[in-house]
Amino acid sequence: MRRPFIVRFFSATPKAGWQALAIFTTFALLVVPLLHLAVPETSVFHVSSYAITLIGKIMCFAIVGVAMDLIWGYAGILSLGHGLFFALGGYAFGMYLMRQIGRDGSYQSDLPDFMVFLDWKQLPWYWTGSDSIWWAAVLVLTVPALVALVFGFFAFRSRIKGVYFSIITQAMTFAAMLYFFRNETGFGGNNGFTDFKRIAGYSITSPEMRVTLFALSAAMLMATLVLCRYVVSSKFGRVLMAIRDAESRVMFLGYNPLHYKLAAWTLSAFLCGIAGALYVPQVGIINPGEMSPANSIEIAIWVAVGGRATLVGPVIGAFIVNLSKSFFTQAFPEYWLFFLGALFVGVTLWLPQGVVGLWSQWREKRANALAIAPADAAVEPGAAK
Amino acid sequence: MSILLLHEVTVSFDGFRALNSLSLDIAVGELRCIIGPNGAGKTTMMDVITGKTRADRGKVMFDQTIDVRRMTEADIAHLGIGRKFQKPTIFENLTVFENLELAMKMDKRARVSMFAWLDDSERDRVSDTLKQIRLDHQAERQAGLLSHGQKQWLEIGMLLIQDPRLLLLDEPVAGMTDDETARTGELFKSLAGKHSLVVVEHDMAFIEQLGGKVTVLHEGSVLAEGDLATVQNDARVIEVYLGR
Amino acid sequence: MRHIFVTILVALSSFAHAAVDTRLLTQLAAEDSDEKIIAIQKIAQSAEPDAKSILQSLADGNLNDPDGQPITINNRVRREIDGALAVLKLFDPSAVVRLNSVKEISTNVDASMAPMLRKAIAQESDVKVKALLVEVYALATLKDPDKDIRLAAVTALATSADPNNKSVLFEMSKPENEAETAVRMAAFRSYLQVKQRQTVVENVGRVFSGLSLASILLLAAMGLAITYGVMGVINMAHGELLMIGAYATFGVQSIFRTFFPAQLDWYVPVAIPVAFLAAAAVGVVLERTVIRWLYGRPLETLLATWGLSLILIQAARLIFGAQNVELANPSWMTGGVEVMPGIVLPLNRIFIIGFSLFVLTLVWVLMNKTRLGMFVRAVTQNRGMAGCVGVPTARIDTVAFALGAGIAGLGGVALSQIANVGPDMGQGYIVDSFMVVVLGGVGQLAGAVWAALGLGVATKFIEAGAGAVVAKILVLVFIIIFIQKRPQGLFALKGRFVES
Ligand SMILES: Nc1ncnc2c1ncn2[C@@H]1O[C@H](COP(=O)(O)OP(=O)(O)O)[C@@H](O)[C@H]1O
Ligand SMILES: [Mg+2]
Repeated sequence: MRRPFIVRFFSATPKAGWQALAIFTTFALLVVPLLHLAVPETSVFHVSSYAITLIGKIMCFAIVGVAMDLIWGYAGILSLGHGLFFALGGYAFGMYLMRQIGRDGSYQSDLPDFMVFLDWKQLPWYWTGSDSIWWAAVLVLTVPALVALVFGFFAFRSRIKGVYFSIITQAMTFAAMLYFFRNETGFGGNNGFTDFKRIAGYSITSPEMRVTLFALSAAMLMATLVLCRYVVSSKFGRVLMAIRDAESRVMFLGYNPLHYKLAAWTLSAFLCGIAGALYVPQVGIINPGEMSPANSIEIAIWVAVGGRATLVGPVIGAFIVNLSKSFFTQAFPEYWLFFLGALFVGVTLWLPQGVVGLWSQWREKRANALAIAPADAAVEPGAAK
Repeated sequence: MSILLLHEVTVSFDGFRALNSLSLDIAVGELRCIIGPNGAGKTTMMDVITGKTRADRGKVMFDQTIDVRRMTEADIAHLGIGRKFQKPTIFENLTVFENLELAMKMDKRARVSMFAWLDDSERDRVSDTLKQIRLDHQAERQAGLLSHGQKQWLEIGMLLIQDPRLLLLDEPVAGMTDDETARTGELFKSLAGKHSLVVVEHDMAFIEQLGGKVTVLHEGSVLAEGDLATVQNDARVIEVYLGR
Repeated sequence: MRHIFVTILVALSSFAHAAVDTRLLTQLAAEDSDEKIIAIQKIAQSAEPDAKSILQSLADGNLNDPDGQPITINNRVRREIDGALAVLKLFDPSAVVRLNSVKEISTNVDASMAPMLRKAIAQESDVKVKALLVEVYALATLKDPDKDIRLAAVTALATSADPNNKSVLFEMSKPENEAETAVRMAAFRSYLQVKQRQTVVENVGRVFSGLSLASILLLAAMGLAITYGVMGVINMAHGELLMIGAYATFGVQSIFRTFFPAQLDWYVPVAIPVAFLAAAAVGVVLERTVIRWLYGRPLETLLATWGLSLILIQAARLIFGAQNVELANPSWMTGGVEVMPGIVLPLNRIFIIGFSLFVLTLVWVLMNKTRLGMFVRAVTQNRGMAGCVGVPTARIDTVAFALGAGIAGLGGVALSQIANVGPDMGQGYIVDSFMVVVLGGVGQLAGAVWAALGLGVATKFIEAGAGAVVAKILVLVFIIIFIQKRPQGLFALKGRFVES
C-alpha cells in the first residue's frame, strides 16, 4: 500500500504547518497587497511601500535562512559563504534588469552604463541572452547551484569538515568578492548593478510591481518551507542528521556522505540563488558587498537566533534580526554593531536552541508542571560539532 | 572457504607499527574471538578491514576475491561487512526506530533515499529486530536517552538489520550486566553459521561462552591461535597477557 | 692691460703642475659665444687641474679678457660652463663627489666626453667609481667610428646594472643601428646579460617584499596558531586584537608627542610592551567571559568571537573615530638601504622582518623551553590527561589565550608602521591569517612559519605578473586546492612544499 509521492511530499508538512501557511498565504497574497494598493495612504490600515519592500526583502532573507539551516542545522555544515550564492542569483537576475534599462541609462546607450564608462563597444560573451527573462531564470536556477556543486564536490570529497570547511567557504566568498570588484570582470565593479527601470516591460517602481515581487517572495518562502520540510522528514533528511551526529558511523552503514552532503549543499545554494534574484529588484541594487564575509556570517546568526534544526526558526530569526537592524540603523546607527555582536555572543552562550527552543522549553516546563509524573528531561537536539 | 583473509598486513603511525605483518584467516560462518592486551592492535585491525585506516603493506581479501584495500568505507559496508565500534556510536538525536531504519539493508544512494519510504515488510523487519534486542517498547524514544547497555544493544541491532556477511564486534559487552552479557553471547552463537563473526573481547567468561577459535594478538601480530584452553596454556600468552 | 691678463695667467698656473693651454684662455675672451663654448669644452676635456678654477671664475664673472674687461657670458654659455664643471668634478679629490658626478653624467653622455672619461678612468682609484666610469665611457663610445672600440663598449656594458642600458643594447643589436655583425652579436649578448641581471634584481626585490608580507602574516598568524592549537578556538576577533595593538601604539605615540616630544623617535620600543599588554588584557577578558564557555564547540566559538569582533570594531570607531589615525615612522625607521644597484630596502620593512623573527624566537622559547610552554603543549596534546596529572588547564587556557592575543598586539605594532591604522584594519588580516594557520597545520608553529613565507612570497610574485586582486584570488584558489590534498595542513609536507 504505497502512497503516491505527491501525497507523501505534501503530507510531510503537518496539519498545523499547513494552517499556518494558509494564514500566511492569505496575508501575503491578499491582505497586504490590498492594504497597499486599495487603501488610501492616509488610512491607518495602509501598508507603506517602505514596509512592503522591507518585509519582501526579509522574506528573501528568510529563504536564505531556511536554506542555511538545511545544511547547518540538519547536516552540521556551517557555511560562511552562503552570501555568494545569494549574490550570484542576484547578479544573474541583475544582468537582465540592466538590459531592461535599455537606452534609458545615463549614457543612453544600448550597453549598460558601466560598460560605456569602461569604453566597451559590445557586450561580453557571457552577457549573451541576458535580455531574455527566461535565460535570466535559467541562470538564476543553475549558476549558484553549479558553483556550489563544484566547490562542494572538491571540499566534501577531501573530507573537509567543521571549522575548516567554514573557513574555506569564507575564503571562497572573499575571493569571489575581490573578483567581482574588478571592473574587467564585467559586472559593474564596485558599483555593481543599480538604477533598474523595468521587469518585462513594467516599471519596477510601480506599486503593482512591488506587490508582485512581495507576493512572489512570499510564495517562494512557502515553497521553500514545504520542500525543506519534505527533505528533512524523508530518509534523506535522517541520513543528513546522522551524518551531523556521527559521520563515520554513517559510512560504515554503507552510505556515502559525499553524495548526501553535496545534494543538501547544492539544494541550499539553489534556494539562496532564487532568494537573491527576488531580492535584487526589490532593493534596486546588487554589488560585490553582498559577497563580503560579514554578510555571509550574518546569515548564520539568523538561523541561530531562530533555532537550528527547525524550519520556522530561521524565518523567525531572519525577521527578528533584520527588523532590529532596520530599527537600529535608523534610531541608533552607532549601536547596531554592538547589538549584532551581542546577539552573536548571547545566542551562542545562552540560547543554543534559539527562540524556538526557548518556546518549546517553556511549553515542556508547563506540561511537566501540569503532569505530576516527571517526564524525561528536555532533549537537546542537534548540537552540531 | 575463507570469508576474510589478512595477509602480512602492516600499519605504521609515525614509525610505530600498530600492525606488524599480521595474518588472519576467518572461515565462512566462523565465530572467531580475538584477545590481546591494550594497544595490541585489535581496533586498528578492524579499522583496516573496514577502510578507516589504510594498510601500508599486505593484502586484505574479502570473500576470497575482493581486495578491500582501495575501497571506501561505504563500499566495504556494501560488500557485507558490518562493524560495531568499541565506543557505542549510535545516532543520539534520532529515535531507536530511525536508527534501525538507517541501518537496514536497502539501497543507500542519496537520490534513492530522497524518495524512499518504508514498506510493510521493512517495518516488520524493524519490529522484529526491535524485539530481538528487547527495545520494542522504546522504539520512538531518542536513542541518546538509552542506558549504556541499551545503546550497546541498539548498535548490535543496527548490525543485525544491516544483515552483513561478516560482523566485526569491538568489545561488544563492555559495560553490560552479567545478564545482558549472557544474552549477547546467546545471540552471537545463534548468528554464527549464517554469518561470520569476529569478536574482540577482554571478558574471558564471555569468550568461554562463545566457545569459538581464539586468536591472541600482541604488538600487532598473532601470538597464538587455537581453542581457549590451548591458548590459555601457551607460555608466551601467559607471559604477555594472562600472566599480568 | 695685456700685462694684467698675463699676470692672472701666471698666478693661476702657479697652483698646478700642468696648466690649461693659454690659447684656450684667449679663445674664451672671443666675442662669439660659439667660440667660447668650444673653448669651454676643450678646457673641460683637457681636465687640467686648474680647469675647474678657471671655469668657476668665468662663471662668477671674475675672469678678465686681455683688455682687462670681465668676460661676459650669456645663458647658453653659462649652461655649458655648468655642464663642464660637472664633468670636472670627476677629478675632485672626494670620491663621493666623483661618484655623484659620474651618476650625473651617465644620464646625458655624448661622444665628446670620451677622451675626458678615459682620462678619469686612468686616474680613478675608487673601485666603485671606476666601474661606473667604465660603464659611462662605454656609453660614450657606442657610436665611435672604430668598430673595435664599439665592440669593447657593448661588451663592457654587459655588467651594467642600469635598466636603461638594456634598451640601449637592444637598439645596438638591430641592423639599422649597427652595421657590424660582430658588434651586433656582442650587443645582443650583453643585452641578454643585462636583462638577466635585472630579473635577478627584480626577484630579489619581490622576495624582500614577500618576506615583509610574510612577517606580517606570521605575526598575525602566530597568535592564532597558539589559540587554535591549544584550545581549538577559532578566534574571529583575532584581527581586532591586532587593531588594539596598533591603537595602543598610536596611544603611546600621542603621549610622547605631548609629553616627551624630544624622544618621539623612541615611542616604538615603548609601544611594544604596551601593545602586548593591552591586547593580552583584552584577550583575558574575552576568554574569561565568552570563550571559556564554548570549549569543544568550535562552530559556536567562531560565531561568538565574530560577534566580539563586531563589538570591538564599533568600540574603536566610537573611541578613535571612523577615520584612520596618523602614525609616523620614527626617523630611524624612515628611508632605506641600497643593497644592490636598483634595490632599496625600506627600513620600516626591515624592522618588521627583524621584529617578527624576534617574536618568533620569543614564542619558540616560551613554548619549548619554559614550564608554561610545557603545560600548554600538554594541554594541546591531551587535555584530559594533562588535567589528571595536575596541570591547571583552565588557567593554562587563559594564559595561552592571553599570550596569543598579546602576540596579535605585537603584530599590531608592526602593522602600524607600514599600514593604515583604523577600526576596520583587523578585518583584512583575518582571512589571510586563517589561511596561514590552515595551510600550516593547526597548532604547528613551524607550519605557520613556512606557510606565511610561502604565501607572502608567492603573493608578491603573482602580484608582479597579474596584479594584486588576481594574486589574492589565485592564492585563495591555491589554498582551496591544497586543502584538498592535505586537509591536515602543510606541516607534514614541509620538505616537498619547499621544493615545489
Ligand atoms: N590514528 C593513530 N595514530 C597514532 N597511533 C595510533 C592510531 N591509532 C592507533 N594507534 C596506536 O596503535 C596501537 C594499537 O591501538 P589499538 O588498535 O587501538 O589497540 P587495541 O584496540 O588492541 O587496544 C596503540 O598503541 C595506539 O596508540
Ligand atoms: Mg581497542
